[in-house]
Amino acid sequence: MSTTETTPSGIGPVEGAPFYGVDNPAPLIEAPRRRTKKTPRSTRGNFEMIAWLFMRLSGVVLVVLVLGHLLIQLVLDGGVSKVGFAFVAGRWASPWWQVWDLAMLWLAMLHGANGLRTVINDYAERPASRMWLKALLYTATVWTILLGTLVIFTFDPNIR
Amino acid sequence: MWSWVAHRVTGVLIFFFLFVHVLDTALVRVSPEDYDKVVATYKTPIVACLEYGLVAAILFHALNGLRVIAVDFWSKGPRYQKQMLWSVVGLWVVLMAGAIYPVLGHAARVVFGS
Ligand code: HEM
Ligand code: HEM
Repeated sequence: MSTTETTPSGIGPVEGAPFYGVDNPAPLIEAPRRRTKKTPRSTRGNFEMIAWLFMRLSGVVLVVLVLGHLLIQLVLDGGVSKVGFAFVAGRWASPWWQVWDLAMLWLAMLHGANGLRTVINDYAERPASRMWLKALLYTATVWTILLGTLVIFTFDPNIR
Repeated sequence: MWSWVAHRVTGVLIFFFLFVHVLDTALVRVSPEDYDKVVATYKTPIVACLEYGLVAAILFHALNGLRVIAVDFWSKGPRYQKQMLWSVVGLWVVLMAGAIYPVLGHAARVVFGS
């Protein structure tokens, strides 16, 4: 007969009263994901959310910058035929177009690099190839942004 | 699904163009002659066709990107995503038709004589 068994058990004997009751409440089990003071702080931050948001905000701005750029370079005033050193000198004489090109350079490079990071994460499966591809991507991106920025700021119409 | 593939392919293409483009523009710091020599290739008929392709890629990526943004942020976006996709395609066709003459006109004059 086991009705007198005293080892604690969540389930009382089938025929008897439950082990836990109003006077003997079951211990509280914390929900598995509940954050408490003892939970270590997340080390990840909101990077992916910021990146997601950046893709959308920069996209909206790039519509104006890049489509405007294409309109100027390829459509207005004779299309590409007019492009040359003298044309660039004329445009970069104005701070307006310097700032325009600078913003376009930074936003398009960061937007494209972040997009490519997603593409690498999707297709490169071996950790080593991911690491190398991203290292290549980041160095190429940083160099290109620096080169483009330098060119805008140091442009010299009287170079020769 | 196909619109996602196209968005990805055009995005990567534009990014690679941008690398080359910042490099060719950097030639203005080297010498006006070198810059003009490289830009002259932009004016040849074959490269004009590539430019038309670049315009096609950017216009699709930009219009479809705006649609993605609308789906994400506009409360009715997901419900109208299909209609928006067809608007993107329609607008793209119209703009591409409009770009034929400005982008390819000078190439046609070179090939067929003016
Ligand atoms: C085939 C079409 C294109 C032509 C003919 C063209 C032409 C030019 C020219 C002449 C410049 C010198 C500065 C100026 O006049 O503003 C320039 C700069 C620039 N373009 Fe384009 N462009 C084209 C497409 C694009 C596209 C699609 C993008 C963006 C994805 C872009 C991004 C830039 C940037 C960021 C600069 C500044 C470069 C620097 O800082 O050195 N261009 N482009
Ligand atoms: C013209 C305005 C543009 C708009 C409105 C736009 C919009 C977007 C948006 C919303 C996304 C995110 C898609 C997603 O999360 O599913 C995206 C992805 C991307 N964009 Fe753009 N973009 C623009 C220009 C550019 C330019 C100039 C480049 C290249 C330098 C570029 C390269 C990319 C790449 C590589 C991706 C990742 C594609 C993927 O993950 O499948 N975009 N774009």
